[in-house]
Amino acid sequence: MGASDAAVQSPLGQSILRKEDGRFLTGTGQFTDDVNAPRQTHAYFLRSPHAHANLRGIETARARAAPGVVAIYTAADLTNVNGLPCGWLITGTDGKPMNEPPHPVLAQGKVRYVGDPVALVVAETPHQAKDAAELIEVDYEPLPAVVNVRDALAPGAPALHEQAPGNRCYTWALGDRAAVDAAFAQAAHITRLDIVNNRLVPNAIEPRAALASYNRADDAYTLYVSNQNPHVERLLMTAFVLGLPEHKVRVIAPDVGGGFGSKIYLYPEETAMVWASKRAGRPIKWVADRSEAFLSDAHGRDHVTHAELALDAGGKFLALKVETTANMGAYLSTFASCIPTILYATLLAGQYTTPAIWCEVTAVFTNTAPVDAYRGAGRPEATYVVERIVHQAAVETGVAQDDLRRRNFIRTFPYQTPVALNYDIGDYDATLDGAMRMADVAGFAARQAQSRTRGKLRGIGYASYIEACGLAPSNVAGALGARAGLFEAGQVRVHPTGSVTVFTGSHSHGQGHETTFAQIVAARLGMPIENVDVVHGDTGRIPFGMGTYGSRSLSVGGTAIVKALDKIVAKGRKIAAHLLEAAEADIEFRDGKFSVAGTDRSKTFGEIALTAYVPHNYPLDKLEPGLDETAFYDPTNFTYPAGTHICEVEVDPDTGVVDVLAFTACDDFGTIVNPMIVEGQVHGGLAQGIGQALMEHCVYDRQTGQLLTGSLMDYALPRAHHLPAFKVGTQVTPCTHNPLGAKGCGEAGAIGAPAALMNAVMDALAPAGVRHLDMPASPHRVWQALRGAAA
Amino acid sequence: MSVSVSLQVNGKAVHADVDARTLLVEFLRRDLALTGVHVGCDTAQCGACTVLVDGRAVKACNVLLAQVQNASVTTIEGIAAADGTLHPMQAAFKECHGLQCGFCTTGMVMSALDLVARHPRADEDTIRAELEGNLCRCTGYHNIVTAVKRGAAAMAG
Repeated sequence: MGASDAAVQSPLGQSILRKEDGRFLTGTGQFTDDVNAPRQTHAYFLRSPHAHANLRGIETARARAAPGVVAIYTAADLTNVNGLPCGWLITGTDGKPMNEPPHPVLAQGKVRYVGDPVALVVAETPHQAKDAAELIEVDYEPLPAVVNVRDALAPGAPALHEQAPGNRCYTWALGDRAAVDAAFAQAAHITRLDIVNNRLVPNAIEPRAALASYNRADDAYTLYVSNQNPHVERLLMTAFVLGLPEHKVRVIAPDVGGGFGSKIYLYPEETAMVWASKRAGRPIKWVADRSEAFLSDAHGRDHVTHAELALDAGGKFLALKVETTANMGAYLSTFASCIPTILYATLLAGQYTTPAIWCEVTAVFTNTAPVDAYRGAGRPEATYVVERIVHQAAVETGVAQDDLRRRNFIRTFPYQTPVALNYDIGDYDATLDGAMRMADVAGFAARQAQSRTRGKLRGIGYASYIEACGLAPSNVAGALGARAGLFEAGQVRVHPTGSVTVFTGSHSHGQGHETTFAQIVAARLGMPIENVDVVHGDTGRIPFGMGTYGSRSLSVGGTAIVKALDKIVAKGRKIAAHLLEAAEADIEFRDGKFSVAGTDRSKTFGEIALTAYVPHNYPLDKLEPGLDETAFYDPTNFTYPAGTHICEVEVDPDTGVVDVLAFTACDDFGTIVNPMIVEGQVHGGLAQGIGQALMEHCVYDRQTGQLLTGSLMDYALPRAHHLPAFKVGTQVTPCTHNPLGAKGCGEAGAIGAPAALMNAVMDALAPAGVRHLDMPASPHRVWQALRGAAA
Repeated sequence: MSVSVSLQVNGKAVHADVDARTLLVEFLRRDLALTGVHVGCDTAQCGACTVLVDGRAVKACNVLLAQVQNASVTTIEGIAAADGTLHPMQAAFKECHGLQCGFCTTGMVMSALDLVARHPRADEDTIRAELEGNLCRCTGYHNIVTAVKRGAAAMAG
């Protein structure tokens, strides 16, 4: 944004209260389940109770005769319907494409996880659909199941897919193995670590929901769906699965009650419903219940990793070697394959100058729900590996945690890492210093001593994380296997009276875009934010956009809006030059006014807008009427938010309870538009990261493949009393390659928090002799670790 | 089997003949179109459906409509002033950025009203403990706690 165009009272950088809050606070938000269609029916999905079984037959006659049943569909009905596609092709170390078994919309021949949809029942009421489903007789031939990656890779393990021998999806590697081996040979010290990144269930509080309708009048479909990227949903569904003309399907993601990644994907349910809405001739609604969400939403994380870090005598990192096995679940979800590769191994340099890195990833199919991106998506897993091994290396070499990090910080930018990324800018000392000051690290020893007098073990832990956000340069992503573009679109429509509607391809499901994007427009055009409305989430209204994930909305979606604003202002200048009878080069735009430089002659933005639509005195021979511009923006690099998180815990050795006493985050998100919203994003990310480290854990029974943590009574989500008040601060190095200087803030909390918390727990438990602990640091695990160390 | 139920909802008399199994939340959402009452789980864990029944916070997913015979039910739609001015607790949530996606918010505000009625000067620990029945996945609770404190102060005048 040109400095000369800045408004005097710029709303940029202000904690402006959110425009969207009114409807949410009065119960007038419109979530998918709040939308109803005339003559709508209700769907129920009959799901597999078995983790792995052959489907020998499905008998639906009795169910079809049940009260209220409109239709029942199984895979046999879905002729000419393809499987669900995966959006990212990974090429293995053997040079071959990944094994990509079919992912049928409804189970065909086999079921492969508990919850695999087998039949769609459509009835007049939800209860009737559910009751009828109980009358469907499915002849299952149960097969042995595998739920963890080690079991799946064992010789003779039950095979899920013919197309994936040994249950392997791919083995992929990044980095220079020879250089790493050479560095290890020279090392003064080697730290080794075996860790598990625990499986999580995202648990947006609004469960997934959809309402699909078909209209014979225009041979077109409308799908309301709780989703983060309606155009991607539509493209995948029409072009790859259903073979429908894309322009005949309108996808609307209205108010969406949280996503965290889990609502990016094309799921079987809404795909089957769109298809069935024409067949049944009635609109069909489905709202998942929470148990169904646990069974069928894409899960997150689930890595098993061995890592080794080589150091020289001065504590400089020489090389990092990482071997990870990642659980893909039963089928490849939309972006599953790129999470433990492109979004993981590339982040293993962290904030450090480690010159040689090698990472090998094996992705494995198991009889569990598909695993895909969950808040952070690969980057929390990378940070967890790097920051836990750095912590352990500091302990082993007797160097202070902050000192060892500082000895290895990158300080010269741009910086080319050995794992493909090129960091444009950052100041890692600033965020570490800031975090240490805010966390009062200087006073920790006294606090620890005080805890000791009460019989408690106190610990402090650091995580200096980096993430790659602002996904992504499309050409780079394409070279890495992406099957989609990763640009964003923005349209700025100026109305004749000068108010503005922005149509964005980004999607807000809590992030506050309606406010932040309005701030950008209001600042540029010199108008109150009340005059700017932001429309998102409707393929019938917005330009083709890629949606919200990977902390990309401001840096990519916001930049698309800035580019559209550039065009608006450029056209406004031409109109003003005509009206003011001046040369275009002499027209300045500032504070909502186009002026002839050095004179008091000017036209307001409103006058220019009106002239554009009432072009009586207008250069019609040279310029089209109207003031409505669209821009597509494809970033030239990733953005690199980074920071240091510091956690302080107290462990009760008698009970194993870990109390999170304090959590400090000092982050660099580049230039900030709305500090209040950014802080809120950090808080939420921290809560999910702390949840992962402290209590959340998705568990399948190893023998039967049953989901043991299938409800909120079994899967522990953090509640208010589990969490401390957060201390949050920022340092700013503006991103160098987008005009907003923005890097993204949505995932940072979830990326830094797990390692910081676990390092704090390890620090607390070290005096008791505990050498290792995996997440979650539940009382049971901590207590067992303490007993094990004492034995 | 159907039952005949009379109650007050947001100050208005309501009478309905419904299937005896009808849950309060189903009735509010489906029959009265009070869609600010949300359903986030099936085990009474999340609190998104919280409403006030005779002033007490109740999870509407866990109550049959027949159980609130002659009761007075208040939902999020019934707490702002007639002219649309937000209730002080609603305003506090906005001022403190105590909401993000907005799905848990309506239940959270209703729980906060019950909390403040019982603990007008609740400190942070009390607020955190009292919000035990309401899950939020977006805010990390930090700003919700601040909002409840501010709302309580505003309600005390």
